[in-house]
Amino acid sequence: MAGDTGARYGAEIDRLRRQAQVVRRDILTMIHAARSGHPGGSLSAADIVTALYFHVLHLDPAHPDWPDRDRFVLSKGHACPVWYACLAERGFFPVEELLTLRALGGRLQGHPDMRKTPGVDMTTGSLGQGLSAGIGMALGLRLAGRAARVYVMLGDGELNEGQIWEAALSAAKYRLDNLTAIIDYNNLQLDGTCDEVMPIEPLADKWRAFGWHVLEIDGHDMAAILHAFDAAQARVEAPTVLIATTIKGRGVSFMEGDPDWHGRAPNDREYAAALAELQTDGGQP
Amino acid sequence: MIHQVGDLIPTRDAFGDELLSLGAQVPELVVLEADISKSTRTCRFAERFPGRFFQMGVAEANMMVAAAGLSTTGWIPVVSTYAIFASMRACEQVRTQVAYPGLNVKIAVSHGGITPANDGVTHQATEDLGILRTIPNMTVIMPADYYATRALVKAAVAHRGPVYLRFTRDAVPVIYSPDDVFEIGCGKHLRSGGDVSLVAIGDMVCQALAAADLLAHRGIAADVLDIHTLKPLDDALILQSAARTRHVVTVEDHQVRGGLGSAVAELLGEELPTPLHRIGLRDTFAESGPYDRLLDKYGMDASAICAAA
Repeated sequence: MAGDTGARYGAEIDRLRRQAQVVRRDILTMIHAARSGHPGGSLSAADIVTALYFHVLHLDPAHPDWPDRDRFVLSKGHACPVWYACLAERGFFPVEELLTLRALGGRLQGHPDMRKTPGVDMTTGSLGQGLSAGIGMALGLRLAGRAARVYVMLGDGELNEGQIWEAALSAAKYRLDNLTAIIDYNNLQLDGTCDEVMPIEPLADKWRAFGWHVLEIDGHDMAAILHAFDAAQARVEAPTVLIATTIKGRGVSFMEGDPDWHGRAPNDREYAAALAELQTDGGQP
Repeated sequence: MIHQVGDLIPTRDAFGDELLSLGAQVPELVVLEADISKSTRTCRFAERFPGRFFQMGVAEANMMVAAAGLSTTGWIPVVSTYAIFASMRACEQVRTQVAYPGLNVKIAVSHGGITPANDGVTHQATEDLGILRTIPNMTVIMPADYYATRALVKAAVAHRGPVYLRFTRDAVPVIYSPDDVFEIGCGKHLRSGGDVSLVAIGDMVCQALAAADLLAHRGIAADVLDIHTLKPLDDALILQSAARTRHVVTVEDHQVRGGLGSAVAELLGEELPTPLHRIGLRDTFAESGPYDRLLDKYGMDASAICAAA
């Protein structure tokens, strides 16, 4: 399937892969400048969020409040560097502003603030909230007769929250086919692996049992990502969840799969080494 | 149907009636409910406007944040549940997803204070006002009767920003008329007297009025204020009264810590130090029982107010 999509999108996939590398460099640059932040979960989500902002979402950066825009909610709000990078590179605010991440008086809060940052549609950061917010948006857009769609990115760790499953029930009840959830399944939480902290498998079975259309993809395979979003849009009468297998810290060899990089900033030497690794266009898995 | 002064009606009934009326007047109004619509009286709105009613099940946390999401798409969500669940089960959701972004969500709750008297402590919200009052951006209201509720629900929907509205499960007497005017943040000066200020909220306003009558028989003239908006507090009205009487008694169906008593103590302490007595639950949970008997047992009825005055 990915091959078909690859043929269909051709050069688009190469463009998005290069864009994702730019986003990864931005992530490290802003966290390095802030001297705090969450690189691991930002890098694992970078390919998917790049695909959304540079291919999938209907947006107008000059009019961030355009009522018919597609909505994105980063429920795992600690990964906001990936969101800020995509918004800046897409033109919602100057790329140079990324250097003000977490700065006093700045617009780029430590976790996303919809009242401060252009393009941020929902305040997040307290885990387990974003899917509920996305459900409200999807209900509201459908009731208003708007064709806009809602995308919510979840972390695997926040699936421990009971509210996620309250939300899962209600999205299925209301047959929200304008809602797509994406699980950034990097299998690392703050204190360890998902299995160590709180096992969530069999994950696809859980979502199917809750009435969702389930797609399982490699979250770093750009062709597979685009295909999955196409399939989600084609599905009617049910919400879709993309369970995207990813690698925490993806793209920086010494960060990949290391829970230590969940929430710490690179020092000058680490930053230089990371940027050197991200000069390529990003390998295809 | 016009209700007469003295008629006994739960204020949740007034909420249900006003919601039905607003449904026709405000096309952006939507209602979210957590499986207690027959009790909260949103069932009437649900029957009349089914497309704008969302039954979210027994899942208040999800409901609260779904309302936040709905509000960002141009709708005015009214979230309906009991006070205990909105203020505590979904407390962080109210604080972080509704109040922090200042979203236009109305949190309308029945079963305020000990008014779900027979239900007992699990359903009696006696700490909610204190919790909600500390949250920035939040407006906190408890109307005293049927007509105050009708007017303040309408005002809350017209107001832009988050509002917490607290109603009674059990019946309270009508004290206002349909013509009385209410403005958020502006208390009502119900009786004038120079000896003591009775500063009351919600279902305790009628107890304060009854206490004022008892005091009058003893030659004590009470000033009676209905502070239906706990936040923002009507500082000027309270300070003017306290300056006249130099003795204030607060009266609330809530713990004396955190709610109206605390708010008035803070105000007087900073602006006009005045002797103060607080009527309410004194660091205790109540229990099951008839509403009037609970008020008596826990020192919250008119005679207890008189004793404090």
